[in-house]
Amino acid sequence: MNKTLLYGILIAGTIIAPFILPDYRTQLATMWLMIIVALTWDMTGGQMGYNSLGNIFFYGTGMYVAAVVGISLAYNVADYTNAAGGGIYKFTDGQYFGGIFLGSIAAGLFCAACAVIIGWITFGLRGPYFAIGTLGVAIAAGELVSNWDWVGGGQGIALPVYPGDFNIGKIFFYFLFAGLGCAVFIFVKWLYSTRFGAAMNAIRDDEEKAEAMGIHTLRYKLIAWAMAAFFVGIAGAISAFQLIHFEPLETAYQTINLGIFMVVCVLLGGKGTLWGPVIGAIMFHVFKEVTWNYLLGWQWVALGALIVVTVVYFQDGVMGWLMLKRPEWFGMKVEQKTASAEAVK
Amino acid sequence: MNKIIEVKDVSKSYGGVVANKDISIEVQEGGITGLIGPNGSGKTTLFNSIVGYHPIDGGSIKFQNQEISKLQVQDIARLGLLRTFQQTRIYGAMDCVQNMLISLPHRKMSLNDMFSRNTKADYEKADRLLEFVGLYEKRFLRSGSLSFGQQKLLEFAMALMNEPTVLLLDEPTAGINPTLINGLIDRLRRANTEFGITLFIIEHNMRVIMNMADKMYCLAHGELLAEGTPDEIQNDQRVIDAYLGAH
Ligand SMILES: Nc1ncnc2c1ncn2[C@@H]1O[C@H](COP(=O)(O)OP(=O)(O)O)[C@@H](O)[C@H]1O
Ligand SMILES: [Mg+2]
Repeated sequence: MNKTLLYGILIAGTIIAPFILPDYRTQLATMWLMIIVALTWDMTGGQMGYNSLGNIFFYGTGMYVAAVVGISLAYNVADYTNAAGGGIYKFTDGQYFGGIFLGSIAAGLFCAACAVIIGWITFGLRGPYFAIGTLGVAIAAGELVSNWDWVGGGQGIALPVYPGDFNIGKIFFYFLFAGLGCAVFIFVKWLYSTRFGAAMNAIRDDEEKAEAMGIHTLRYKLIAWAMAAFFVGIAGAISAFQLIHFEPLETAYQTINLGIFMVVCVLLGGKGTLWGPVIGAIMFHVFKEVTWNYLLGWQWVALGALIVVTVVYFQDGVMGWLMLKRPEWFGMKVEQKTASAEAVK
Repeated sequence: MNKIIEVKDVSKSYGGVVANKDISIEVQEGGITGLIGPNGSGKTTLFNSIVGYHPIDGGSIKFQNQEISKLQVQDIARLGLLRTFQQTRIYGAMDCVQNMLISLPHRKMSLNDMFSRNTKADYEKADRLLEFVGLYEKRFLRSGSLSFGQQKLLEFAMALMNEPTVLLLDEPTAGINPTLINGLIDRLRRANTEFGITLFIIEHNMRVIMNMADKMYCLAHGELLAEGTPDEIQNDQRVIDAYLGAH
């Protein structure tokens, strides 16, 4: 298929979607969030073989950093969170949009720094120990923050609403997520084409061999995770302003919801591939929205069943299945005559 | 000739098993040194100690007069001291060319180089070395689908791609189709003469190593049993006994 045409259609669809589906603007924005967290999870999980269950830490931390930066542009953070939305705190347009902008950048950089520090400790762990270790960090962070009054404790933080038309606000946040999602996609597409991408795959396929060949394994693991954390932190920052109010355990450090969903998205679509996380995130999000609307009361059971079926029977996901059925689409060649070729020599 | 690797009184135990006891050997720059010994005599353990795979219990290991026994695997590899594995390790999910490109020498790469694509020269070098080991026709095949012998050749080519100063080969001919062994011996020699790589080879097959090495060491039960030229080793009664006793 013509690639330019395909990308053209996708970009056009992305731009018109919130206008032709006005009732689904928030759901579409959330779908982009799922694409972002799935693509970034796959950077370490699929491409490098380090299955983190703690990426939600960067989402939650991004929220808090952005909120604190956004508030402090206009007010004293302690006074603001003390009032818990009770006082009258007005933000000018400049403070509001400046807060989102600076808050996002600060969130991304702070989370990238956190990834380097946490990674320094946890990248010594392999396999399930790394997964559990990183999950522990996210859980502990949620508990710590919910006991920290300066950032609102267990109540969380309430941020100002979008200063303008309610519907324009929804479109605004849709495009923030869509823009970030496209940026992440373009970034990883480029990254996987560089030597760095190849080194990530080498670490995944045989880390000991990679070390024996002199590859700076720890350095690349830290950089890869920091890049993922940077984007997740920004996604958290946008979420904080989109949601207006967020809590530490249910929203920010939501380990059992978004923290797990991002992994399921990747498995569903196919880990270690460029398009897998995107396809998986869309499938998962649609499935979730449909069950939430039509299977009320059973939605968690349906979601649990989907996770079990994916993990047990469909580990390689849609892309893995396609690669098996249509290897030529991926430019792969499979050797059939190894034995005879060797005999001839 | 200079000694490029100098191992002195190195010991290594696994729990109660003494795998290496007070081993002292030297590898001459530019030559081919052989290491033989019955199965379980501690040859692989000595290689692992040299490349920093595990900490040693005592002794000293020098590479180009620099003490390396406290360094990590990656650091030693980047100094130009590389090893291949007895159990052959390649990246099975990648094709041969990708395996070669990921083996480019990282000692010369800055972070900036890492964020760029491989150059035309890199691809040409990969093709040339795949041709050298006889895998050119198979270069786009998933390397995991190659036969064991071909995987060994690929691992050898990957090592050459890395431009090591010294290459430690752990039983390079084990598992290789006997009809291909002469070709491999020839390539090992050419790696030494044409590319100027110092070789240190563990070999179980006596015929192979006698043909190549200019200096040999023989281990038995974790201790250095004998050293000398291939002729001296071949006629050493202790070596003959050790080999016969082991079978
Ligand atoms: N990782 C290990 N743990 C415990 N024992 C080991 C380990 N590696 C090797 N050994 C033991 O050390 C001895 C030497 O092994 P090795 O160096 O592999 O011999 P070779 O390569 O000469 O066949 C053997 O007795 C072997 O069982
Ligand atoms: Mg061995």
